[in-house]
Amino acid sequence: MPGRPEQYEPVTLDTFLRGLWEENPVFVMLLGMCPVLAVTNSAINALAMGLASTFVLVASNSLVSLLRHYIPKQVRIATYIIIIATFVTMVDYAIQAISLDLYNALGAFIQLIVVNCMILGRAEAYASKQPLGATVVNGLGIGAGFTLALLSLGVVREVLGSGSLFGVSLFGENFQPWVVMILPPGGFFVLGTWLLIFAAFRLRKQRRTELGEVAQHER
Amino acid sequence: MIQEAAAQSPVSPALTRSMLRTLGLVATLSGLLVVLSYRITLPIIEENKRLAIERALFKVIPGAISRQDFVITDRGIEPTQSDLQGTALYAGYGQDGRLKGVALEAAAAGYQDVIRILYGYDPYCQCIRGIEVLKMAETPGIGDKIAKDPVFQENFTALEARANATGDGLERAIVLVKQGEKSEPWQIDAISGATISSKAIARMLNDSAQRYVPLIQNNLAVMEPAS
Amino acid sequence: MNADSVTFIFLNAAIVNNFVLAMFLGICPFLGVSAKRDTALSMGLAVIFVMLVSSICAYGINWLLKLFEIEYLRLICYIAVIASAVQLVEMTMKKFSPALFRALGIFLPLITTNCAILGVALFQTSREYNFLQSIAFSLGAGVGFTIALMLMAGLRQHLELAKVPNVSQGAALTLMLAGLLSLAFMGFAGLGAQHG
Repeated sequence: MPGRPEQYEPVTLDTFLRGLWEENPVFVMLLGMCPVLAVTNSAINALAMGLASTFVLVASNSLVSLLRHYIPKQVRIATYIIIIATFVTMVDYAIQAISLDLYNALGAFIQLIVVNCMILGRAEAYASKQPLGATVVNGLGIGAGFTLALLSLGVVREVLGSGSLFGVSLFGENFQPWVVMILPPGGFFVLGTWLLIFAAFRLRKQRRTELGEVAQHER
Repeated sequence: MIQEAAAQSPVSPALTRSMLRTLGLVATLSGLLVVLSYRITLPIIEENKRLAIERALFKVIPGAISRQDFVITDRGIEPTQSDLQGTALYAGYGQDGRLKGVALEAAAAGYQDVIRILYGYDPYCQCIRGIEVLKMAETPGIGDKIAKDPVFQENFTALEARANATGDGLERAIVLVKQGEKSEPWQIDAISGATISSKAIARMLNDSAQRYVPLIQNNLAVMEPAS
Repeated sequence: MNADSVTFIFLNAAIVNNFVLAMFLGICPFLGVSAKRDTALSMGLAVIFVMLVSSICAYGINWLLKLFEIEYLRLICYIAVIASAVQLVEMTMKKFSPALFRALGIFLPLITTNCAILGVALFQTSREYNFLQSIAFSLGAGVGFTIALMLMAGLRQHLELAKVPNVSQGAALTLMLAGLLSLAFMGFAGLGAQHG
C-alpha cells in the first residue's frame, strides 16, 4: 500500500547515513552476500560492483517510487523484478562498452545483481511507500554502505593476497603474498572477521548503554 | 507475500484490467529501455571485442598487422560467413601483405577449471610461434605462471609442429618434459610445482596441432592473398 | 575424463568448483537454512528440483531468443522462468507435504532470489553447453549445494552445545566454518584431470 502523505518521512542526512552504518546491507542486514565474497579479490572489482549495484538500486527504486500509486498489490513483486532486471541489463551492456577486461573479471555477477536481495527488499519495504526524494537519498545511502562493505573486503584481500592496491604494487618483488586471501576461503575468512569486529563493537555499545541505564537507576 | 495474494477474495474484472495494464506498461517501458541501451552500446562493444582479439592475435603471430577470419569446416578452410559452422581460424598478414601465420583456440581441463588459449602457428617454419592464455582459473602464483612466467613462454617461440608424411598428424607429438630437460624443439619445459597446468597446455597444443596442422598446410592457398 | 564429458561437468559443478564453497552462489540460504539437518536436506532437494527445471527452461528460452535475435531479453526471461518454477514447487509442496512447507517458511519463495539458480542458467549459457551438458551441470550444482548445506548443518548442530565466544555467534561463525570447508574442498582440485 503506497504510504499516505502523513506517513512520509522528511528527507534528512540520517536518511542517507542510515544505509552506511545502522542499516548497512552487508554487515547488519546480511543481504547481498554472494557478490561481496565473489568479486572482492581485487579493490577495483569491488568498487565497480559497488557502483553498478548502487546505480541499479537507485534507478529501479526511483521508478518504483514514481509508479507506486499505480501498481496493484497482487503484481507488485513481478513488476519490481521486471524493473530491476531492465536496469541490470542496461548496466551489463554499459560495462561491456566501458571495459571488456572489467566485464570478464566480474563475470556473471553483474547479471546476478538482479537477485541481490537488498534491491528487491528496499523496493518492497521503502520505495513502494515513500516519495521520490526520500527514495533516492536512502538508495544512495544503502548503495554507499554496500560499496563500502565491498571495498573493505576488496582492499584487505588485494593487499594481503596480491600485495597491490588498485593494481599498484605496494611491497615490491620479494613480497610473498598470502595467496589464500584471493581464493574462495579467503573471502569467507575476511568477511567472517569483519562481522566479528562489527559484533564486538555492537556488544560493547550495548553493554555501555546497559551500564548507563543501571547508573541512572541508582541515582 | 505470494501466499497472501492467493488468499485474497476473487479477482474483480476491474482489478484484472488494472493488473494487466500495469504489467503491460512496465513491460513496454522495460523493453524500450533494454533495446535502446543495446543499440547504443552495440558498436562500442563490437569494437572492444575486435581490439581484444587482435591484441591476442598479434601477440601470437609476430609481425602480423592485419587479419582475416576463416572457418574450418568439413570441406576444409573457408572464409568466414555468417551461417558457416566450424572452428574459427584467424590468419595474420604482415606489412608486406604476406601470410605471417594463423591462430586458433585450444582448450583442455587444467587444475582448477578449463584453460583456454589462443596459439599462433607459422606454416612456413612449421612451428608454433606463441600462446596467449585467454581464460583460466589456476592457482595464483603457481598454476597461473603458464600465463605470466616469461621462461615458460619461451617454450613457444619456435615449438616444432611439423606435419608428417602421410598428412594425418604431426611428425613428432608435442610433449611435456621436466623443467630444464628440454632438448628437442617439440618439447615443452614444465613449470616445476605446476605440473597439471603445464600438462594441460602441452595436451591441448598436441591435440589441436595433430588435428589441424596437416589441414592448414594443405589449404595454405586459400589463405594466401591473391598476388 | 574429457573436459566436455557429462561426468566431468557433473563432478566439477558438485565438488571441484562447488557452487557455494568455490563460486559463492547461494550464500543467503546457506547462512539462513543451515541450522538444522532436516530443513537443510529439504531445502537442498527443493533447490535441486528448481535448478533442473530452470536449467531446462533456460536452454529452451535461449534457443528461442537466438532464433529471433532478441538475446538482450535473456535476463528478464530467465528470472521470470525461475520465479514461475519456484511458484510451481511451492504449490506442489503445499499440496503434498504441508509440514515441510511450513518448516521452510519464508525461505521457499526466497529461492527465487537465490543467486545459485540464476547462476546455473547464466553459466550454462555463457559456457554454451548442449542439452545433456546443461542437465549434468544443473544436477551437479544442486547436489553440490545440498552437500555443502548438509555439511554446514551437521557442523552447526554439533556446535550448538559447544561454548562459542559471544562475539562470533551467528553469521560470523558460519562464515569461518564455511571458509574452512572451502579450504578443504580445494583439495579436490584436479579431480577428473587427465594424467598423461
